[in-house]
Amino acid sequence: MRLANLPKHAVLLFASFLALVPTAFMIMTAMKTEEEYAVDKIGLPGALVFDNFRAVLVDSPFLWWMLNSLILVTGAVLLSTVVSCLAAYAIARMEFRGRNLLLAISTSLMAVPPIVMIVPLFVLYSRIGMISTYQGAILIYAGLITPFSVYLLTTFFRTVPNDLFESARMDGANDFIILLKIVLPLSAPALVTLLVVNSLYVWNDLLIAIIFLQDDAKRTLMAGISVFQGRYNNQVPLTMAGMVIASAPMLILYIIFQKYFIRGLMAGAIK
Amino acid sequence: MNRLARLTPYLYVLPLIALLLFVFGYPLVRIFEFSFKMVRGIDGPWIGLRNYQLVLGQDLFWQSVLHNLQLLIAIPVMVLISLLVSILLYERVAGWKLYRIIVFVPFVLAIPIIAVVMKRMFQFSGPVNEMLRWMSLDFMALDWIGSSDVALWTVMILIIWRESALGIILFLARLLSLDEALIEAAKLEGANWWQRARYIILPQMRGIIEFYVVISTITLLSAVFAYVFVIGGGRGGPGTSTVVVEFYIFNALIRGSLPGIASAASVLLFLVSVALIFPLFRARRRAAQDEVA
Repeated sequence: MRLANLPKHAVLLFASFLALVPTAFMIMTAMKTEEEYAVDKIGLPGALVFDNFRAVLVDSPFLWWMLNSLILVTGAVLLSTVVSCLAAYAIARMEFRGRNLLLAISTSLMAVPPIVMIVPLFVLYSRIGMISTYQGAILIYAGLITPFSVYLLTTFFRTVPNDLFESARMDGANDFIILLKIVLPLSAPALVTLLVVNSLYVWNDLLIAIIFLQDDAKRTLMAGISVFQGRYNNQVPLTMAGMVIASAPMLILYIIFQKYFIRGLMAGAIK
Repeated sequence: MNRLARLTPYLYVLPLIALLLFVFGYPLVRIFEFSFKMVRGIDGPWIGLRNYQLVLGQDLFWQSVLHNLQLLIAIPVMVLISLLVSILLYERVAGWKLYRIIVFVPFVLAIPIIAVVMKRMFQFSGPVNEMLRWMSLDFMALDWIGSSDVALWTVMILIIWRESALGIILFLARLLSLDEALIEAAKLEGANWWQRARYIILPQMRGIIEFYVVISTITLLSAVFAYVFVIGGGRGGPGTSTVVVEFYIFNALIRGSLPGIASAASVLLFLVSVALIFPLFRARRRAAQDEVA
């Protein structure tokens, strides 16, 4: 380490410290007893106590909430990906009237805040009994993430070289075969990016989950912890154990796939 | 070309059109309709501009608008932090890749989770205040969550903490696409760190900074529900100090069962977002051009 770089390292270390403090606090506190936390809020836990984790898992349906979130992520991402691939292929590769208009409208919808769509959908869902159903929420999530997916895939499909299409067509392949056998395999990077962005969006969402999944049995992880934290307001170590459990899947995935996460989240923000 | 072949493209885009019509089209038509009606259940009588008069005449609505606007103060802070850290990372000091992974952690954690954690850290008797008192900064040991004068600033700290991570990564991506020859040349000419940052790097980052400012503005005006829901205890509290426009709509719809009022507020928020679409597209185009150049 060169001496001249010392101030730079100081700044970066401080930034890293700030970035990690909440996670560190969460993990350390989760392993303290209530009494220990009352006396010492900052220090390391005396002995590693895992009782809080057990208490959380016994008392609150964390795993159930996670399963609900997983169902929604799977359904919404799958539906949106299929719809977007078909549409993006047509927009990027076929001639038809209204093509540019469709892309322009779809792209503009990315800038509409989700809350704006809530009221009529809530009124409609209440009326037809779709509140607290997986399919109802999946439909909304799929809709919200689709404009970005179409935008990204269209851009990507346009970069596929023309020759590939021509030669496939010579061999008698129709559009669907070309999409399936040629375009999609070539689009793996874009599809992975979409998978990350869209899964995180659905997994992390609170707004739709709170409004459209009010039934306790249908609570998602994010809605669940928002309720959970209010109930155990004064039991900080217990609450933190819950947060460790809730954040573990994403933190672990991030550590393993950080390259895809960084790329995916960046692409998602650019929308 | 036969008729079937002409129809094929429409078959491909049909699912998209159906989905967008349901999730965007139907609601966007309906909020306008509802906003002029007194909705009970699924429909109700036309009442002209009464909903708008009620919304615009209500202190709580204007308070929530002001709260959203106050949150915009976070943007310059976020830009400065992101610039500083991304430029330092760009200089590839030893371990820069590890630093990059670490400073992005805030953006990976879900907002509700991090809000729960921060809420405990900033409790009056929590670790942040304990730390401040230990450093003899007692005057700064505020009631971060429980005081209606401070709570929104605490939300802002949380937003800055998380959204800066995005800025850092965006800016760094742009920096890594810069032509290094120029910077090397400046180094050889004897330009110091500040001069290089100010006169060589910064001018080339205008596009991406503008873009980040626009998307952050959209976020802060229309997508902070998850932040305030947890910090404000699900009520926008203490008092009404953390109520934002989204929360106002949520409250009117779910707690008040007043879809008409909620729709009028939604229409107003929608118009703001429409006004922001043009700067967004312009900024995105410019940022994209920079990447190519």
